Amino acid sequence: MNGRKSVDQAAAELSAETQASVYHSTKVTHEKRTKLLFDQYKNPDQLRQWAGEVKQHVIDNLDSYLPAVEARMQQNGIKVHWAATASAACHTVLDILVARRAYRVVKTKTMVSEEIRLGRFLQHHGIESVETDLGEFIVQIDKDHPSHIVRPIIHKNRREIAQSFEREGLGAYNDDPKTITMRAREHLRHKYMEADVAITGANFVSAESGRIVLVTNEGNSRFCLAATRCHIALIGIEKIVPRDQDLPLFLNLLGRSATAQELTVYTEFIKGPRHEDQLDGSDEVHVIFVDNGRTDVLESDCTEILRCIRCGACLNVCPVYRQASGHAYRSVYPGPLGAVLSPLMMGKRLFFEKADLPKASSLCGACHEVCPVNIPIPDLLLRLRNRAHVRGVAMEGSPPMGAWSVLASQPLAWRTALSASRVLNRLPTDLLPIPALQAWEQSRALPEWRGGAFRKWLAERRRPS
Amino acid sequence: MATCLCDAFYDDVAAATLQVLEFVGLDVEFPEGQTCCGQPAFNGGDWSASRRVVRHTLRTFAGDLPVIVPSGSCTAMLAHGAPLEFEKERDLSAVQELGQRTWELADFLVHGRGITKWPGRYDATIAFHRSCHSRGSRSAEAATTLLASIPGVTVKEFGEGEQCCGFGGTFSVTFPHISTAMGDLKLEHIRAVQPDVLVSADMSCLMHLGGRATKEGKPIKTQHFAQILRDAMLANGGTA
Repeated sequence: MNGRKSVDQAAAELSAETQASVYHSTKVTHEKRTKLLFDQYKNPDQLRQWAGEVKQHVIDNLDSYLPAVEARMQQNGIKVHWAATASAACHTVLDILVARRAYRVVKTKTMVSEEIRLGRFLQHHGIESVETDLGEFIVQIDKDHPSHIVRPIIHKNRREIAQSFEREGLGAYNDDPKTITMRAREHLRHKYMEADVAITGANFVSAESGRIVLVTNEGNSRFCLAATRCHIALIGIEKIVPRDQDLPLFLNLLGRSATAQELTVYTEFIKGPRHEDQLDGSDEVHVIFVDNGRTDVLESDCTEILRCIRCGACLNVCPVYRQASGHAYRSVYPGPLGAVLSPLMMGKRLFFEKADLPKASSLCGACHEVCPVNIPIPDLLLRLRNRAHVRGVAMEGSPPMGAWSVLASQPLAWRTALSASRVLNRLPTDLLPIPALQAWEQSRALPEWRGGAFRKWLAERRRPS
Repeated sequence: MATCLCDAFYDDVAAATLQVLEFVGLDVEFPEGQTCCGQPAFNGGDWSASRRVVRHTLRTFAGDLPVIVPSGSCTAMLAHGAPLEFEKERDLSAVQELGQRTWELADFLVHGRGITKWPGRYDATIAFHRSCHSRGSRSAEAATTLLASIPGVTVKEFGEGEQCCGFGGTFSVTFPHISTAMGDLKLEHIRAVQPDVLVSADMSCLMHLGGRATKEGKPIKTQHFAQILRDAMLANGGTA
């Protein structure tokens, strides 16, 4: 585990209170999601398959979609930038800000900005960047990290948040959610008015029209865009859908999968800077297409993970995530999606640092069952386990399989070993120096060894009498 | 295919499977050379070790007979897992062919043989745990259909039935805290409906859940789906 805490250890150390609230809210969201989808659609699984096929088509043809999107956006008056790495993306943002002499930025929630650690970078360069999504704002004042890709503060309770607000001078301690929200709103209103530039992500980009689609529930993206003259959108290169008419499929699935809503409260379509005949809109729109490891994923045998639309449904249904919460995954992307994406995004050289994450799954398949773009997550986890094995990444506690496979391909040896295993019934197995056996018996009783009993029964039964 | 788990621990489940298949009028062969489906190494990431075992299984089950397995997990390994790890291998088609004629027991009885009612008697309230490897297949529905058709049986649904029990093969020993917590949650839901017996089509889940319940000092009765069918049949005067 390279000296790092395993997901299991992290789960064991999680406070019971945090675990209970993560469990409760993921469970409720998952159940509402399922009910909504199955109440409203005859066959939601068909929708998931279509959406998966559309996204896979884009991923398989990114080399033609990306130049097409760039050309379309440029026609629309958008300045398009390309960033191969996190650092390049950060510097591109900084260059735009410096050119505008802009020192105050308001941000909407974007996972790409978490990936490239933009907040820290901007702060380091003397730029005030304020998160305007309430959850992300709380993460920011606490100098914390999101633990869920849709609900960044799923690991915090309102008492903790009230303490943070008091500490930050946002009012005397009050843990009433409405009061907390109103105080944040009051604080953020001023920040919008002071800001020079808005930074957002994008949920989808239409290749056909070059439109950027942004969804939020708090309306903060509107405030960001209305109050500033310049808009910078950080967009992962996989966010493209072919046509505007594909958007309803994805928007219908995204809202339902993420938060059990038919549609998120605000959905914005941004085609480019303001026309002369438009009252509102940005004077300048920049799009930064970010690679940051995505082309490594394209080269791998796990390209399906690039279909992901960041809804978090796989986190919500995942029994491991429910026990461990997000920080256990040591990555921007936690849960089943993160267990695939995070090690891949490390690149080939550093893959080993997160090669343990694909093991943090019982391979139950619930993630695949809920995924709105039908990503076969368990298959991808298995491929990455194989990759780790082939690369010789040492994995703490994983029983070696070589000797077992030799035994299991030699029937005589197998039968002998099975019969011999009965001796274990007479031994204090919990004291044997076999880690797997010890880990089992720590919390579970072992059944009686009855190796060979079935074969004996069968032989006697079939003996001609 | 008896499965390695039944070979090592649960001989009566293998016996019950055989008895059930004979009861519906089939001649059952048991290839003596069988060992394991190869799943432990497949899940562990050691695909070359796993392929060695799958190739052994291919040889052992050569021919065109349907392969019946009292486990959704081993069935999924042969139908889905093995083809995945053989994607670039020259014997992929042989692996796929074996996968196509491999059936989970309940699926085979209901969809392969068209049996939707099971005779006999079994007086019990049953909580049926649908194992995760039957996701996307017709196995769980087939098993509950047959169980519910047995006179005397009441099948009770319990909360969060779609959630994993926490076994997960080597996951159960490499992630013992999470695995146990998942098991506890499952047991809580199961106990809430007060079943006489917890039934599944996979002994791995039952080994984990039953082992946990015993360790806690609150043992629960567990039986494989095949054992219920067999016992119902025997109660009806059937012969084993």
